[in-house]
Amino acid sequence: MSELIRLTAAEIATKISAGDVSAVEVAEAHLARISEVDDSVHAFLHIDTEGALRAAAKVDADRRAGLPLGPLAGVPLAMKDVVVTKGLPTTAGSKILEGWRPPYDATITRRIKDAGIVMLGKTNMDEFAMGSSTENSAYGPTCNPWDLTRIPGGSSGGSSAAVAAFEAPLSIGTDTGGSIRQPAAVTGIVGHKPTYGAVSRYGLIAFSSSLDQAGPFGRTVLDTALLHEVMAGHDPADSTSIPGPVAPVVAAAREGAQGRLDGVRVGVVRELGLSDPSGYQTGVLSSFNAAVETLRGLGADVVEVSCPHFQYALAAYYLIAPSECSSNLARFDSVRYGLRVGDDGVNSLEDVMSLTREAGFGAEVKRRIIIGTYALSSGYYDAYYGQAQKVRTLIARDFAAAFEQADVLVSPTSPFVAFGIGERMGDPMAMYVNDLCTLPASLAGTPAISVPCGLSEGLPVGMQIMAPALADDRCYRVAAAFEAAVEPVLASIPELSR
Amino acid sequence: MTSALRGGGVPNLGAADFGPSVDLPVVPDAIETTSPGGRISRADVAHLARLARLAVTEDELDTFAGQLDVILGAVARVGEVAAADIPPTSHAVLMTNVFRPDRVYPSLPREAVLAGAPDVEDDKFRVPRILDEEA
Repeated sequence: MSELIRLTAAEIATKISAGDVSAVEVAEAHLARISEVDDSVHAFLHIDTEGALRAAAKVDADRRAGLPLGPLAGVPLAMKDVVVTKGLPTTAGSKILEGWRPPYDATITRRIKDAGIVMLGKTNMDEFAMGSSTENSAYGPTCNPWDLTRIPGGSSGGSSAAVAAFEAPLSIGTDTGGSIRQPAAVTGIVGHKPTYGAVSRYGLIAFSSSLDQAGPFGRTVLDTALLHEVMAGHDPADSTSIPGPVAPVVAAAREGAQGRLDGVRVGVVRELGLSDPSGYQTGVLSSFNAAVETLRGLGADVVEVSCPHFQYALAAYYLIAPSECSSNLARFDSVRYGLRVGDDGVNSLEDVMSLTREAGFGAEVKRRIIIGTYALSSGYYDAYYGQAQKVRTLIARDFAAAFEQADVLVSPTSPFVAFGIGERMGDPMAMYVNDLCTLPASLAGTPAISVPCGLSEGLPVGMQIMAPALADDRCYRVAAAFEAAVEPVLASIPELSR
Repeated sequence: MTSALRGGGVPNLGAADFGPSVDLPVVPDAIETTSPGGRISRADVAHLARLARLAVTEDELDTFAGQLDVILGAVARVGEVAAADIPPTSHAVLMTNVFRPDRVYPSLPREAVLAGAPDVEDDKFRVPRILDEEA
């Protein structure tokens, strides 16, 4: 196996710009790794060998011509299949979009291409990003590279598995209720959900528009920050995009790596595992508690904070997200793109729509569309959707109060380590509790990162570091300091074989 | 196209009035959070699926009715929070009326857009029959 695949994104970029290795060699090494292991991992839905080699050759040509290269030029990346890519299949993990090739690029696709980043292919995911295990993909599950019988998290499980399996040093995911942070945690890598509005949603296939946010995965905090700065920034094509400067996350990651956190106030959220540890695995809590002690050892002032409404985040989320999804997924109507079923010249348009959606959507998507339809219906709207929106306000207020006492808040990222494929599929609520710790930041639109903090039962545990809106750099600073202080979790990953 | 969508072809854009159909039970001001179930029946699921244009199977009706009842029981917990005077948050970023200059930008070529459609005729999206022959 080529040593190139073990390098960090930052190291690859340095070697390419110095001419020590070509971008084509780097791409070839990663494509070879994908051929070697992806039959077992199934991180990818589509591999774009030709496009990757072409993009890499362009970087090499630019370097030879003396043109300036971006900080990640020539670095390979895996893209979640919910992000549209011109001319490349984009399914969002759904049968309803099988074979669709988008006529345009998402803004983040455009940004990574302009940065000279080499897109290797599209990664597997829970259908329309609804799930926490990638088992809801219409194209079969992705396996966790730590243990192929277990889930890689979700919904961005293909993106997390690709990075953990050294198929790509970087990947992009989307996070609506934890879909970047939880997969990062259970695969032992770093994943960040930016402040809502920091990264353009133009070209993201919408699940829950007021919550969806794309973000970076990497094996190190610095790599993740480098990708964050490529992705983030104002986009006139997304009216919820923040018209302001990008948080200085790369500088923060470099500062954090210096090691000390003197004077940084770290708030441990009582409601996320402390006050009621039931539902949390003991190994996860002990790994998290040890991580908090490490932060204290780095000079941080650790305080306990209370966010009493966080306990209602799960209920509010599983009303708001399905409500928005039931509206967003109305666009899959068998007219403009994707599947059409039952068009026999006799069936009406409505019949064809109903038959198409029935055939094209999986069980979880249907469940959420029906829940959303219910929660938005007259007579129920105030009691469900309206009340959930009020709870959302209270959660945001809890954050505001907590950030009076602390610069960042910490919690476990997920209450448990990666579970077995198939274990929770029959019980939607057992699946939903994956998101217990990640949902508050989603509802408040605030940034949060997951950084590996140890092992339990030989499987990775993640620590979540949350910051106020627009202060993404705080997440990266604390995560980088922590990363520098501990043994790298990914060093323990078992070698994959064919 | 417009005529086909009359009567709620696009489901759920707000607190819709669903018109005459199966009556859902009326919910009081506060949701009962201790109920062991019975929130949603098989007939309710069938009605909701129809509104959402999902031709669900009989088997799915059985599975979903049970599962949705459990889920709705869990999410009804939002009703435990006293929030009468709390304003709702629809969006984390408070922005209103985002304007940009009204400039003409190139659109996608027609062929590129139609290339992904399930059926195309005369450079247009072809849809199944909307009106009766003689209508």
